[in-house]
Amino acid sequence: MPDMENAPAPVTIAGVRDRRVAERQQAEPPVHRDVLFDVDGLTASYSGVPALRDVSLEIYKNHITAFIGPSGCGKSTFIRCFNRMNDLIPTALVEGTIRYHGLDLYGPEVDSVEVRKRIGMVFQKPNPFPKSIYDNVAFGPRVLGWKDGLDDRVEQALRQAALWDEVKNRLKASAYSLSGGQQQRLCIARCLAVQPDVLLMDEPASALDPISTTAIEDLMHGLKEAYTIVIVTHNMQQAARVADMTAFFSVEVDEESDRRTGILVEYDETPTIFTNPGDKRTEDYVTGRFG
Amino acid sequence: MSTPALVVGKRPRGDKVRGTLFYVLLLVSVSIGFVLLGTLVVDVIRKGVGYVDPVLFTEPTSTNPERAGAGPAILGTIYMMLLLLAVVVPLGVGTAIYLEEYANRERWYNRLLELNIQNLAAVPSIVYGILGLAFLVRGLGLGRVLLAGALILTLLVLPTVIVASREAIRAVPDSIRQGAYALGATQWQVVSRQVLPASIPGIATGSILALARAIGETAPLLLVGALTYVAVNPTLLGSFTALPVQIYQWVARPQEEFRLLAAAGIIVLLAILLTMNAFAIWLRNRYQKRW
Repeated sequence: MPDMENAPAPVTIAGVRDRRVAERQQAEPPVHRDVLFDVDGLTASYSGVPALRDVSLEIYKNHITAFIGPSGCGKSTFIRCFNRMNDLIPTALVEGTIRYHGLDLYGPEVDSVEVRKRIGMVFQKPNPFPKSIYDNVAFGPRVLGWKDGLDDRVEQALRQAALWDEVKNRLKASAYSLSGGQQQRLCIARCLAVQPDVLLMDEPASALDPISTTAIEDLMHGLKEAYTIVIVTHNMQQAARVADMTAFFSVEVDEESDRRTGILVEYDETPTIFTNPGDKRTEDYVTGRFG
Repeated sequence: MSTPALVVGKRPRGDKVRGTLFYVLLLVSVSIGFVLLGTLVVDVIRKGVGYVDPVLFTEPTSTNPERAGAGPAILGTIYMMLLLLAVVVPLGVGTAIYLEEYANRERWYNRLLELNIQNLAAVPSIVYGILGLAFLVRGLGLGRVLLAGALILTLLVLPTVIVASREAIRAVPDSIRQGAYALGATQWQVVSRQVLPASIPGIATGSILALARAIGETAPLLLVGALTYVAVNPTLLGSFTALPVQIYQWVARPQEEFRLLAAAGIIVLLAILLTMNAFAIWLRNRYQKRW
């Protein structure tokens, strides 16, 4: 096809069947994927009340995986399980297993600080440190004790985050002098500076204008080559634009106690989720009939 | 006859009178404080300004008002404030960091600690003086020395410093802590490299205001043995006096000249106080953070 270079995000769906069907038939998946995270029976609760129940899925290396779903479906809680951010909340409890390269992240020998060095996170609201642009990016390497070539690390991280040209002449300026979109790219650069394996993004563009959002999405496409990206988004178009795999979460309301618990409804390749979902609830959500 | 939907008329007369009356009352309350303070300051300056000369700053007190100065008292005050600052800042900030960043509020001893600190701030200073006399001067056998005076003033303002530091630490947004944790920082690194630097302006302001309170304290110093007649410059473990004690002694003298001398002492004390407060305000405005 002569127009191949101009084609948007080449997500190949031809020949790919429903994953569960493939499993049932004991067939090899048609596309080779390396499993990076293997989540099994994960339940996360706050003060004994489950926010998310019995989630099992696999996250693939060098893929962008999106978690979508209505408010309160536990998607943010879920993404925070991957870098053990929930450990910081005293009442939070995570049960089940998340295996990362086969190692249980919640195993007794695993230190949460070590986990977070490998698995970076970008938050919903840009949260630059009250320091200079340079010091924001240099914070991670300094914490890890990487003193050599700090200038190069900072420059490389800012280039990867497509921010270098905008800030190279004012690295000593306060990070607060940047616009919201620039601040968020700074936060991404800050993560990249510690050379993580995985980038977790919790609604990274929800506080940004459309142009900044596009910039972040373009960035994600580029970063996919080197990183595994997991993104939570409430914006379905965004999930459709950036993600290879999409997981749809929903809220289950217990009739008796009126407790609301998040559950994983469906997990599949993004085009399947949006064009041919296997679950009625997913279909209702992606077609805008619910949520 | 139908009433119009909206009537724009005059306010009822009673409302206007009440409003004016309230405004006048407010003015009166403001002016009472202002006039009293103004009178005091003007009176003190009128009386004492003639005695603000080199003798006041260098000479010890004497039975001859013309040769009497507050040299040892001013030095005693300066020494005590330096000592106080050196002890109260680490203790106060340390306690504040523990309570805000480490303490588990579920534990009874942490809640007890908090309650204690809040109550300590309301204990009258004379009680601290008695504590100093019983515990420092007699119990520890320090004797009536400058160190004992400094330590008891430290205890006196410690709750103030703790409360101010806690507020400064609490004002640092959680998103900054989360951002640092997400980069693989340990709790100690988060506190020492993010939380503490960001709260230093607030801590400094609180400490200066606490210092300003300590500098005017007389009663506890009298109890731990600040002498009213000290002819030599103070040492850490020697007898001492302080500026407010010296003023107190001069005022008690029958001769009119000593009253004028006391006024001169008050001018010096006020000048130090106002300078410190002004510095605190400048600091607060200079480093005011917009997160």
